[in-house]
Amino acid sequence: MKKYFRDIFKSLWTILIGMKVTLGHLFVPAVTIQYPDTKLKLPERARNRLYVNMDDCIGCLQCKMACPVDCIDIETIKSIPTDDLGTTSTGQKKKLWVTKFTIDNAKCCYCGLCTYPCPTECIKMTEVYEFSEFDRNNLIYNFSTLMPDEVSSIKAKTLEYEKEQAAKKASTATQVKSPSSQTTQPKGEQSAEKKI
Amino acid sequence: MELFLRNIIDNDFFVYTLMAIVPLLWILPYALFVIWLERKVSAHMQDRLGPMRTGGWHGWLQTIADMLKLLQKEDIIPVAADKKLFNLAPYIMFAGSYAVFAAIPFSSAYIGSDMNIGIFYIIAVSSLAVVAILMAGWASNNKWSLFGAMRSAAQIVSYEIPTALAILAVVMIAGTLSLQEINHQQVGWFWNWYIFKKFPFVFIAFIIYFIASLAEVNRTPFDIPEAESELVAGYITEYSGMKFAMFMLAEFVNMFAVSAIAATLFLGGWNSPFGNFMDGPMWGAFWFLSKGMFFVFIQMWLRWTLPRLRVDQLMYVSWKVLTPWAFVCVLAIGLWIML
Repeated sequence: MKKYFRDIFKSLWTILIGMKVTLGHLFVPAVTIQYPDTKLKLPERARNRLYVNMDDCIGCLQCKMACPVDCIDIETIKSIPTDDLGTTSTGQKKKLWVTKFTIDNAKCCYCGLCTYPCPTECIKMTEVYEFSEFDRNNLIYNFSTLMPDEVSSIKAKTLEYEKEQAAKKASTATQVKSPSSQTTQPKGEQSAEKKI
Repeated sequence: MELFLRNIIDNDFFVYTLMAIVPLLWILPYALFVIWLERKVSAHMQDRLGPMRTGGWHGWLQTIADMLKLLQKEDIIPVAADKKLFNLAPYIMFAGSYAVFAAIPFSSAYIGSDMNIGIFYIIAVSSLAVVAILMAGWASNNKWSLFGAMRSAAQIVSYEIPTALAILAVVMIAGTLSLQEINHQQVGWFWNWYIFKKFPFVFIAFIIYFIASLAEVNRTPFDIPEAESELVAGYITEYSGMKFAMFMLAEFVNMFAVSAIAATLFLGGWNSPFGNFMDGPMWGAFWFLSKGMFFVFIQMWLRWTLPRLRVDQLMYVSWKVLTPWAFVCVLAIGLWIML
């Protein structure tokens, strides 16, 4: 009997306590952020969309090697000694034409592993995270600064140079008549073809 | 108001039609406003914001947009459903909840029908909702709907007893069943209201009435008939479009109806709390509606405070707590009047 009355009193009393709490929260400022209008500040080392500063890229392929999902695709062509590709901001001399540099953001897992090996720190994570697209192909970002006609002219030039070099080598080989040079010759040609 | 209308239009049919439409003029904007308010109150009690986009200022157009959306929705009737009952249920539900307003005095100048059995009529007619709920649950041919309907029937039947007894306590003091008459007896300052009479028995009766009325309109903590987390939506699971909107409207109308009855019986209805200050037919409507809205707000407040009761707890509260206490109140008030 005593428990019955105590239960009734307790339930009414605790309801009042609960109501006090909820009424208090009615006047507490909401924690919701109106997303497109106001945005949370990102953490200092947040990993979002990748960006490549092509002025600094030396085409070393280290980011491509590091990528666990193979979303970075790079093609390079060796420059000939007469070409001047300039230097990076770190003072390194650029030796390769980067004819293709694409990052497929649909595949990218935002691990940031590509940013660590980069010797010139040209590939980095930005603060952009709103880049949804209707077509998946639009997520393949192209960073190469070379136009298609430029690429073909570079290719032609390099091919010519390689041929010249091969011819030179062949002439020296015939002069020396060493057997080892004949074995190296086709290898060099193969690698040139691969690059093209 | 009836006399005034009669002076303008000398036709019984038009006069009564106009009289019947008046509560609707309050109910429809009220429902739109309260659904928005409920969402805002629930959001802010949980430190959220609720609707913010529609209409600019704090999403005030949200319910109007929702209503337009519901109007355009496809009206789906399940193949296995009992078509006739399924279509009939929402209209009975709304008719039942709207019929209550016939006897509720909105102001000293307006009452739909000034019957001498007003409050008895309200108790009788509000039970129509059970019929509609059972109808909807059974006709849907869905186990969750039927569960909800059965629970609702059990709940409303058991909570009607403490409700009726708590009302009886007031009726015994007033000596009348007419709501307009009960209002006239509470004229003056707020200490003339019945809630402060025969202290504390009428106050206990008021608490009992308020708790039991929460259960009658299926509000949390007594919302087991439409418990979202266990029964999808109870008896309204299979409804869509306008029929769902009718159920929703009836639910919010019921909320106001029980609040209005609580305001009329215990808080002086359309009487101003300050004697003659701000008194009169128009002010009366203002006081009546604000008292009603105050109770509607308390219902929301409780909804976001308390968790849902279990079925056995629900029955315990009704039969072992509310009903005996209501009897005690009735008995004590009866003795007090006799002495």
